[in-house]
Amino acid sequence: MHEVDMTKCLLLSMNQWRQQHDPAVPRVSQVHLQVGDFTCVEPEQLVHTWRIAVQNSWLAGAELAIEHVPLMGRCVCCNATYSPSQETAYRSPCCDHPMEEIVSGRELRIRSVDYSLNPLTAPVES
Amino acid sequence: MHMPLEDTLGLNLLAANQHQADHNREHFDAWRLLCLNVMSSPGAGKTSLLERTITALTPELAMAVLEGDMTTQLDAERLEAVGVPVVPITTGRACHLDAAMVNGGLSLLRQRLDPSSLDLLWVENVGNLVCPAEFEVGEHRKVALLSVTEGDDKPLKYPVMFREADAVLITKTDLLPHLPVEIARIEAHVRQVNPHCTVLRVSASSGEGLAEWHDWIRAQCSEQLDNPNTDPSSHGDRAVLGQDYNSVPQLVNA
Repeated sequence: MHEVDMTKCLLLSMNQWRQQHDPAVPRVSQVHLQVGDFTCVEPEQLVHTWRIAVQNSWLAGAELAIEHVPLMGRCVCCNATYSPSQETAYRSPCCDHPMEEIVSGRELRIRSVDYSLNPLTAPVES
Repeated sequence: MHMPLEDTLGLNLLAANQHQADHNREHFDAWRLLCLNVMSSPGAGKTSLLERTITALTPELAMAVLEGDMTTQLDAERLEAVGVPVVPITTGRACHLDAAMVNGGLSLLRQRLDPSSLDLLWVENVGNLVCPAEFEVGEHRKVALLSVTEGDDKPLKYPVMFREADAVLITKTDLLPHLPVEIARIEAHVRQVNPHCTVLRVSASSGEGLAEWHDWIRAQCSEQLDNPNTDPSSHGDRAVLGQDYNSVPQLVNA
């Protein structure tokens, strides 16, 4: 269950981001993540852990929106991209070469946040 | 409102851990020591290999160990017995070491010795082929062990670990005569996911391959001495994907 630790890391980043708006507290509706297929993350567990972790916090009600990114390799001989898989032992279909260059699939990325600034907590303009 | 957290690259999900890992690595570089993160499934032979290796490389190299274990200190006791300082890090229920735990271990280590007197710091991770692959602790190199009894399919089943490793040690080769496993197939599967890593066949029991393994360690130590402040996270798959961790610390200066 390292998704718990990943959620902790994500919350630290979110808390840092919140401080940029201090003293206002952004009301976050969605946090958009990119999670590559070639990572050790189970997206459903991440969503589940997140929901529990944000209860009773400033992020209560915010949902994770996870975009899956497929594993793609680039063939060393013809430069074409392909989908390496366990079934084919990650070989390039063109020349059977091992998985050399990964062009996508290692992403664990916070892309963006949907939010509004709550007028009740926004700083008063002088 | 729809706002990117970071303008150009996107903030890595593990940025908080990575920031701490980079901080640890800065310490290692300042102390002019090499840090190796040793990972494998439970029972692949990490501790037995370290016993042999530390015995063989003492006193040529000054070493210490940060020993990750979920609940016990059994491994730490075994390694203390070969005469090096060992700091046990019990992770509780966590199945991997993270950079903050290693930082805590470093504080304890500094109470016992001056780390700049060390040449090599071992981090023996919790036995697990999944989680430790994603959590950097500040190491300069990752070493993954795979014992011949685990079967030749494991590099394909746990590809991220073997992709991330700088060196893969196929351990317990003394058992090969008793097993229906072809070591060449294990090696070939490692190469499928990581064509350029160092692959070594070793046995802590018979001593096979240990000379080559120790030479690899010596080479990494002198490379680190000649060229400190090399940051392994500045290259590799994530850097290629525009996820260079070095670009994020201004957002996570915790």
